Amino acid sequence: MSSKDNRNISRRDFLRTMGAAGIATAGLPACAGGNGSSTASGNEVPEGQMTYRTNPSTGDKVSLLGFGCMRWPSVGGRSAREGNEEIDQEMVNSLVDYAIAHGVNYFDTSPAYCRGKSERATGIALSRHPRDKYFIATKMSNFAPSTWSFEASRAMYLNSMKELQVDYIDYMLLHGIGMGNGMEEFNARYIDNGVLDFLLEERKAGRIRNLGFSYHGDVKVFDYLLSRHDFYKWDFVQIQMNYLDWRYAKQINPNNTDAEYLYNELASRNIPVVIMEPLLGGRLSNVTDNIVALLKQREPEKSVASWAFRFAGSYPGVLTVLSGMTRMEHLQDNLRTYSPLDTLTGEELDFLQDIATRMMQFDTIPCNDCKYCMPCPYGIDIPAILLHYNKCLNEGNTPASSREEGYRKARRAYLVGYDRSVPKLRQADHCIGCNQCSPHCPQRIDIPKEMQRINDYVEKLRQDTL
Amino acid sequence: MLKKIRLTLATLFFCIITLLFLDFTGTIHAWFGWMAKIQFLPALLALNLGVVILLVALTLVFGRIYCSVICPMGVFQDIVSWINGRRGRKNRMRFSYSPAKSWLRYGTLVLFVAALIAGVGSFVALLAPYSSYGRIASNLFSPLYRWGNNLLAYIAERAGSYAFYESEVWLKSIPTFIIAVVTFIVIVFLAWRNSRTYCNTICPVGTVLGFLSRFSIFKVRIDESKCKSCSLCTRGCKAACIDYVNHSIDYSRCVDCFDCIGTCTHGAITFSAGSRKDTLSGTVNHDATASGQASPAAGTSRRKFLSITALMAATATVRAQEKKVDGGLAAIEGKKVPERAVKIVPAGALGIRNFARHCTACQLCVSVCPNQVLRPSTGLLDMMQPEMSYERGYCRPECTRCSDVCPAGAIHPVTAEEKSSIQIGHAVWVKENCVPLTDGVECGNCARHCPAGAIQMVPYDPADPDSPKIPVVNTARCIGCGACENLCPARPFSAIYVEGHEVHSEI
Repeated sequence: MSSKDNRNISRRDFLRTMGAAGIATAGLPACAGGNGSSTASGNEVPEGQMTYRTNPSTGDKVSLLGFGCMRWPSVGGRSAREGNEEIDQEMVNSLVDYAIAHGVNYFDTSPAYCRGKSERATGIALSRHPRDKYFIATKMSNFAPSTWSFEASRAMYLNSMKELQVDYIDYMLLHGIGMGNGMEEFNARYIDNGVLDFLLEERKAGRIRNLGFSYHGDVKVFDYLLSRHDFYKWDFVQIQMNYLDWRYAKQINPNNTDAEYLYNELASRNIPVVIMEPLLGGRLSNVTDNIVALLKQREPEKSVASWAFRFAGSYPGVLTVLSGMTRMEHLQDNLRTYSPLDTLTGEELDFLQDIATRMMQFDTIPCNDCKYCMPCPYGIDIPAILLHYNKCLNEGNTPASSREEGYRKARRAYLVGYDRSVPKLRQADHCIGCNQCSPHCPQRIDIPKEMQRINDYVEKLRQDTL
Repeated sequence: MLKKIRLTLATLFFCIITLLFLDFTGTIHAWFGWMAKIQFLPALLALNLGVVILLVALTLVFGRIYCSVICPMGVFQDIVSWINGRRGRKNRMRFSYSPAKSWLRYGTLVLFVAALIAGVGSFVALLAPYSSYGRIASNLFSPLYRWGNNLLAYIAERAGSYAFYESEVWLKSIPTFIIAVVTFIVIVFLAWRNSRTYCNTICPVGTVLGFLSRFSIFKVRIDESKCKSCSLCTRGCKAACIDYVNHSIDYSRCVDCFDCIGTCTHGAITFSAGSRKDTLSGTVNHDATASGQASPAAGTSRRKFLSITALMAATATVRAQEKKVDGGLAAIEGKKVPERAVKIVPAGALGIRNFARHCTACQLCVSVCPNQVLRPSTGLLDMMQPEMSYERGYCRPECTRCSDVCPAGAIHPVTAEEKSSIQIGHAVWVKENCVPLTDGVECGNCARHCPAGAIQMVPYDPADPDSPKIPVVNTARCIGCGACENLCPARPFSAIYVEGHEVHSEI
């Protein structure tokens, strides 16, 4: 998958498929227009029909749709993690109000999200509602080694309560288990300094109602923590699960583990599963035209994203599915999907597996724009560079040779679009390869390598020597 | 009829030449680049004898057609004067005859030629008409044009179209900008009042062509038998060269605008050939005075106190910031211009001296440089003549725009292949700024992006292969393109920068 040859081949395949897709989708806009367009459909958002799941240990009735607070809107209208604008608190309030009014009661944040400002914004919005109307999930984050001491960790925990304006946390997670260098980092962060013991005490004292962890990366740590389940009694575990990662996570990146394995391990122990990245950072809603055609053919009035949410929600061991909703349309679309959930049939699951297989033919970089890599100390806008590359790949604007048909147009689209999405000083040619970013990437992308690969490609386009 | 032809051609020339300065995409140059190359002074400096002979012949046959049609500065003054005239007949007929100010004209010409020979490029550039107009166009008109383009690009971006792309607008040199503004004000003021004052008192090209045009075959002539001495022609003459009392015309100042022919209600004025006694005698040797200049004492060591980039809002870098949260962008501090012992001029310039001798500082290359590399110099002797610097971009291997457009032979045409082997300078490493040593991180960005493969990374401590790697430059292979300087992460001063070479060489 990672070899250069493979990339070229799949790009060629991709272009070929794109051609077919162009024909397949030709009739589509007309259909959509006739039915009233799907995402912006005038469908009412149903109230009081949200699907709930029960947490076996506390009996919490948790809404299947959980609100991820990692992508709050900023005043510019973009997600607060893009650019440096402030969070749009008014918009946050109205999103939260709308979500609660439509049955959402699980809110997941972290001290690191939105440049560290997510907890406060979430707290402000939620404190306007009765405390028993919502569950709060936050995390013991692990980014800066300076926070790895017991005192700093305790301060982080207390600060979370202060920012969120609560005196107990419903769901507390060890953040990003398995990142960095696996067991070693896990021990240094949570075991050796007694932080996990402290959290267990807090659970006993009732200030933490559920204790769990979110998992990225090294499966050894995951297996180890589950093997100690009898001791720790995990109340829940958060994993990345979607129809692409179900069987292809390992193929996308050898360091990752298929969601099928993770889910089954948890389900067999009766540990409730919280799903993150059901859309892979939007990669399962912004798909290539031929995939759109296939999905829409079956459900013309439902959004592309709804398939991914139905997939995640269809597994009975799932407690809630998190979605980082920046815009009201996202929220409404997801509410429609889960009010109530229309469980996938076995045939539909096979269909999605087939879709996943098709998607694997496109060689996109598995960045889901979580921005854990940011800020780059040298100013590079890493996710913007990767996403622009993926976008051009999806749109057929990454010609493999100047002799290809439509090369001029594709070249212009790539280069002009590149300068638009990434300011010159933040482009890949400024990456010095210091590699401070890669350990933070939950998808384990070798970021400097990808930066250099993309820059080599851009240079060829610029110099017209492809 | 003659006036209509003149107006049509003049409008065409003026619009296209102005567009040459505005168009940053390089499309118009492919078709109309020659219009800059037939300008008198650039052609003279480029030793483009064909063009010079053609222009001299044109003047000897028809008079100063050049000044009325080809010279953008002349047409620009006509436009200003015409706008004033639009306000009413009184304004249109506001001129009167005045005797030639020969001492001023020839005095200026002598100074100009002296400056040309002495190599004081800044003074030459100050007086030359085409350069002056070029400066006005590139400093005052071009930003407006680009802002307009950027607005379209903004709309296109929202419409999902790639038809327009944004182009950067920045102040490339304060002195040059001020000179352009002052020139603009002075020219507009003079033209508003008396139209062609500049052409007939200061412009060295006008003086030379004026001298020639006294001997031209075709001339505007007054038929004394038909003339009623009504003074209409004189009051409408923007060159102030018709003496209706004596029925004489100062042909050294007549720019062949043909306004008088239409103005005369008696049909007394015609444009025709015929032997006639000349009214003035000249003393200046009319031939190409610049072709045999002595070597100019090219001032090379310069100190620059003005750093353009300092104008940009400079904010502190978040260097090696501890990562506690996700998202956000680190602030990027603007780069500053390093102090270079020898300035850098583009490939094709052959060397500093050749460049300084030929450049008229018209700013055409500055206008078309797509990489924000060229900007007018702020040195005293070569003020306004372009030089290169790499804070905003570097001299990219595929680009030869400046050499394509230069009308004066200051930058000879080169192909991208030739350019890749022309050494215009060499990179110098600055230990104090190099991030592997200051920040303790791996880098090698200069080596990675060197198009000539002239840089390699070696351990700082020869005895310890694991010590931080620093760049070493093989100056024999370095061509001075500035990729390393531009892409160096050290700010505000790069850890590697380019020193120019007096004389360019091939590697």
